Parts: sequence; C-alpha cells; structure tokens
Amino acid sequence: MSDATLSFEEAMEKYDPVLGFEVHVELNTKSKMFSSAPNIFGDEPNTNVNEVDLGMPGVLPVVNKTAIESSIKIGLALNCKIAETCRFARKNYFYPDTPKNFQTSQYDEPIAYDGYLDIELSDGTIFRVEIERAHMEEDAGKLTHMGGATGRIQGADYSLVDYNRSGVPLVEIVTKPIEGAGSRAPELAKAYVAAVREIVKNLGVSDAKMERGNVRCDANVSLRPHGRERFGIRSETKNVNSLRAVEHAVRYEIQRHAAVLDSGEPIVQETRHWHEDTRTTTSGRPKSDADDYRYFPEPDLVPIVASREWVEELRATLPEPPAARRKRLQADWGYSDLEFRDVVNAGVMDEIEETIAAGATATVARKWWMGEIVGRAKNADVDPGQLGVAPATIVELNKMVEDGKINNKMATEVLDGVLAGEGTPAEIVAKRGLAVVSDDGPLLEAIDAALAAQPGVADKIRGGKLQAIGAIVGSVMKATRGQADAGRVKELILERLGVEG
Amino acid sequence: MAAINRDDVAHLAHLAHIEMSAEELDRMAGELAVIVDSVKSVSEAAGDDVPATSHPIPLTNVFREDVVGHTFTAEQALSGAPDAYEGRFKVPAILDEG
Repeated sequence: MSDATLSFEEAMEKYDPVLGFEVHVELNTKSKMFSSAPNIFGDEPNTNVNEVDLGMPGVLPVVNKTAIESSIKIGLALNCKIAETCRFARKNYFYPDTPKNFQTSQYDEPIAYDGYLDIELSDGTIFRVEIERAHMEEDAGKLTHMGGATGRIQGADYSLVDYNRSGVPLVEIVTKPIEGAGSRAPELAKAYVAAVREIVKNLGVSDAKMERGNVRCDANVSLRPHGRERFGIRSETKNVNSLRAVEHAVRYEIQRHAAVLDSGEPIVQETRHWHEDTRTTTSGRPKSDADDYRYFPEPDLVPIVASREWVEELRATLPEPPAARRKRLQADWGYSDLEFRDVVNAGVMDEIEETIAAGATATVARKWWMGEIVGRAKNADVDPGQLGVAPATIVELNKMVEDGKINNKMATEVLDGVLAGEGTPAEIVAKRGLAVVSDDGPLLEAIDAALAAQPGVADKIRGGKLQAIGAIVGSVMKATRGQADAGRVKELILERLGVEG
Repeated sequence: MAAINRDDVAHLAHLAHIEMSAEELDRMAGELAVIVDSVKSVSEAAGDDVPATSHPIPLTNVFREDVVGHTFTAEQALSGAPDAYEGRFKVPAILDEG
C-alpha cells in the first residue's frame, strides 16, 4: 500500500520543513580501524578479515593512527573543534552484521564537534549548515537476504554474511537541525551531501564513491506549521545512496508528512526505507526498546588525546577547500558566473586548469573543452577527462590555428584524428595534407570570382553592411574546400572592395 | 546511582536476549541491587576532583601504523561457524532489527 502524498507546492504552502543528516564516510586507509586486515572493496567474501574483525574471544583492538588523522582532517575541513581527549564506546545490539554484538563507536565524546559548512545552491545562494559532531566508528558486515522477495528482508529464509567490510573505518557526520530551507530543502539536501563528498575526496581520506557505499546518507525530515518553533516528529530515511536519491527522498518525505499531518494523524517516529525504482519510502521499524544501545566506554581502548600541536600539524596539510578553489579559479580565469557554472557542471574544471597550466589562455581552454570535447565525451559516454585529450594537444592545436597553419574547422578534424589514435596534431596535419592556403594568389582568385558572382552582396559591403561579408567568405571557403584561413579571406575581401574593416 | 529494580532487570534481560523466569528476575534484582550499592561506595570515596575513568591504566594514544597485516582464508574464517554457504556465514533471517 502506498502512502498518500500532497503536492510539493501545497506541502510548502502549509508547512515548514526541518532537515537533519547523518552522513557516513568510509575512510580509505590501507588497513581497518582496529585490525590490520586490509580495507579493500569487492574481494572474495570473508577473506579480508582476521580474528579482531570476527570478534573472536580474547582479541584486542588497536587503533589505526592514520584513521585518527583522517578523522581530525575531516573535522577541521568541516570547521569543527577537535576534542582534546575523546574515547570510544560500545554500542550494544544483536544483529548478525556485527559478530561482536556491539559496534565500536563514539558516544558522548566525538572527536570533532561544533562545525559548519557553507553550501552553495545552484543560483549562488549560500546556506550555512551547522555540524553537530563528527565521530569515529567501524563499519558493519554485509548481509544478503536469501529466499523470499529478492534481496528484501521481508520473507527471507536466511541471510548470508560477509565480514570484509566489518571494521572499515567510518566517520559519521551529524548536522544540527537545519531550519529555514523552505522549498529549497530537497536541493539543499543534495548540495549538502555533494559538498561533504567533495570535501572528503579533496582531503584524500575517502574514495568517496557513493555507488560503492563510501559515502552514505540517512536523511531526517520533519514538518511544522509555519510560525511554530517546536519541531514536528521526524522520520529517518536510511541509506539514501546517490545525490539524486537524497534530493528525491527529502522531497517525497516532505510530501508524505504533509499528507499525514493534513489527515490529522500524528507522524510515527520511524525508520523509512528508500526505493529508487518507485521513488518512495516505506515504513521500516518504529523506534523501540531495541534502540536502547546501552553505550559504555570501550574498556579495550584507551582515550585519544589530540594535542594542539598535532591538530595544527594536520591543519597545515589540508588542501585548499573546494569552494575556495572554485572561487579563486573563476576569478583567475575571468569567466562569468554562468560560464563557470557550466564548466563545473560539465566536470571539466580540473582539465581546464591543466590546459591553462600547459600554456593555453583561459578563453582557449574553455572553447576547446566546452565547445569540442564535452560533446564528444557525451557521445562516447565517458567523462570528458577520460576521452584521451591531453592538455598539450589542445595547446598544440591552438598554436597551429593562431599561426595560421590550419583553421578552426581543420583543427576539429585534427582533434578527431588524435582521438582516433592517428598520432600527434603535427603528424595528422602532415598525413592528411591539411594546411591553410596561405598564398594570397589563389585566395584572391576565389574572392574575385565570388564577388563577380554576387554583385549585390559586394555592393552591400561597399555600402557598409559588413555582416554581408559572410556570404563571400562562404563562397571562398567552398572554392578552397575549407583550406583557407577565414580571417585572412575577410581581410582580403575588404581590401579588394576598399572598405575599412 | 539509582537503585535497580525488577523491571530494570527484565528490560535488560530482554535487550540482552536472555530468557529469565520470574524467580530468576526476583533473585537477580536483589543481587544486582547489592552490587550497585557496593559500587556506590566508590562514588562516595571519589570527590568531585576525581574525573570519571574508563580504564585503570593512565595510557592514551595507543596506536598502530596503517600497515596491512595477516588475514584469514574464507575457510579459516568460517571454520567455527555453525552454518556457512558459498564462503559466507549463514544466519537465520532476522526481521526488523539492526
């Protein structure tokens, strides 16, 4: 049975949404959080485990120093305070995804707290999201439910467990309640998770691939009537694991909550499951006794003390934040907001930066990447950067055009040759016999013929209608089979007609 | 520290998946109350200037370098499992938890 929903617009008219996110980030350390087993995705089940991951009696966990440093870096990048001392705690529950019957986590002493992230929305609006905490924990094993409906736990006969993921270091980033997003709540949700993903990727502490579960999001949504301060009852939609799904899930939950509230029923505080196929959520389980995790300090681990010297050392290693880098690059390159946004959305910002570093101007780099390569990449269904165009190739092509050796049309032909593996631009130009007709003699012949054939156009140009020149240039290009330099042809036509360009 | 009563014990037994009879609950409530009382005397001895401690030895930052060590084979990992299937632990389906 599917739930009733209100249209998003009606929901927004009546209610004010409050959001909250828990984003889990898997760190890309070589070994696990508390054991020396490798942290590798996708190997044969139960081969990246040792006695610690399997929770064998008598084993002792030992903390991975790199995981702590990565966690501190994440905290710093989220503008958090870093705890001078903090501890791990046991979160006790019975479920076969952990063989220990507890997850080693942090409870009342997270390593990072009280931060914020400024999120830029698509129109440039900056929205500040406050970070409550970022704490360290370990990932759980992976269950596959067998029998019954495919992959769903409902009706399953049994489950199979792979503990390879068990003990992989996680940082869980928890926001404070996010108020005031209004109808931009779904967009903000997506932008927030995208920003977190970008930050951890930029820090180099996570592979940050959502499709692999490196970054996972639980989205909390509640509604309240406009003007009321007290929050409504929230639902928590678990494991929304793509940026698009985050946006859709928040939107759907807002519409569903609104319909429940409109009917006069109370919202049930519960976990919801997201279904990508129908873009809806279904009821998971209500909050219950099972959520009494009886946290207590992990007796097998000693406290972590982050000296201020250590924190500052780590801070000094932080790369430029992605948002600041974008701002700097846009200013350096002199692109308009729209031009720059298109570049970012096309995913060629890094490529343009490299092309400029290789010697191209910002305008030339943008022209090639946005005008030629992005479209070809789309046709080939690969990322533009993966198409195989080296920055040096663009610089070389552009130089040939600027030197008048080839024209723009030929340059795109050469580019196709490079992509087809025919060699360097210079080799392809030689091989295909491409060269601009630079001797004015043949050009003048063609120009004279074109002017004679179109006397009306010639008169217009003489009369000052310079845009009419296109027709003559076109004829000349046709006569020279595209091997003329259009700029030079234009100059010669004006000269011939005695008109100032 | 609050005293522990029979309902608390029943709740904890439920959370810990331990089945207890009425008699066991009665007896355990009494025994745990004595233990809690005994622990309480520690709080009396420790003044406000003594911070709560989770570990008897004052150690911090016991770390390991991020270096990959030994692993089990799937056969070794599963050797103590009550049931297994295709390299994985086979467990009863548990609905609505976790």
